[in-house]
Amino acid sequence: MRAVAVILSAAAFAGIVIAQLLRLSTPVVDLPALVGERIPVSGVAHPVTAVLLNFRGYDTLLEIGVLLLAAVIVLAARGDEPAMNPAALPSAEPPIQMFARATTGPMIVVAVYLLWAGAYQPGGAFQAGAVLAAMAVLLYLAGVTGNWAKPGMALRAGLTGGFLLFLGVAASLLIRGVLLQYPVEHAGQLILLIEAGLTVSLGLILASLFLFLAADPPR
Amino acid sequence: MNSGLVFAMAGTLLFALGTAGVLLVRALFRRILAFNVMGSGAFLVLVGLAQRTGPPDPVTQAMVLTGIVVAVAATALALALVRRLHALTGRLEIQQRNDE
Repeated sequence: MRAVAVILSAAAFAGIVIAQLLRLSTPVVDLPALVGERIPVSGVAHPVTAVLLNFRGYDTLLEIGVLLLAAVIVLAARGDEPAMNPAALPSAEPPIQMFARATTGPMIVVAVYLLWAGAYQPGGAFQAGAVLAAMAVLLYLAGVTGNWAKPGMALRAGLTGGFLLFLGVAASLLIRGVLLQYPVEHAGQLILLIEAGLTVSLGLILASLFLFLAADPPR
Repeated sequence: MNSGLVFAMAGTLLFALGTAGVLLVRALFRRILAFNVMGSGAFLVLVGLAQRTGPPDPVTQAMVLTGIVVAVAATALALALVRRLHALTGRLEIQQRNDE
């Protein structure tokens, strides 16, 4: 009974929304043109990066805050998981470990390239952070490094660093009156600085979401 | 009717599908998957609508990029909670309520 009601309402919802989509008029505000107009003062050449880090910088600031919050809750909710011996994983075999070690260097290079390329083509802190996180997970799955059972001071600093750096820049720009309005002549450097911090923190946070939990749950 | 509009319609269907899944499925892992289908539908609507009148809109793209990263974090958080629930009670499902 309940299932039928839910399915019928979902179908009705989809039907109504699609019917409205077909009648949608053209947008009143031409956002791509507005963004294109302001690209020269944003400090970067790629429109998506300009929107993420400059025009709507507070979205990104809140996003890294949300990610940090998620990592903290995961750490709190996981209970007392023991440190695991990665050599006990079934995948921990010398050829796989050698491959994982060999990919570490290129992956760091790719991450730095993606970070740098974000200024003028698709790329940026999120993509670079995702590559770093994938590297950490790969190293764990290959049995090279252990899970992050007890985050020490260095890891904690790395997790929060990007958010604090971004917050610091935002707060110091308040002197000029508006939150996150970069001075035009320094916008490029400030964005690169923030993105570098975000890359490290995002990589660590995304990896921690996996590695904090990578152990058998307590029995 | 152009491709952007087709993306938006497919997104609407995915969103409806995911919503029905979240409401109907009791197994928690599948409910998390349904939640992700729902989110993907919303992203598809945003991206599709933003490119129906010409070149893709960078503002919407940035918004969806932010949304994807937050969705990953939300999924990880949900999985951590499910693991905790399993460790404490051994259950992986929502319990039946008495009034049903």
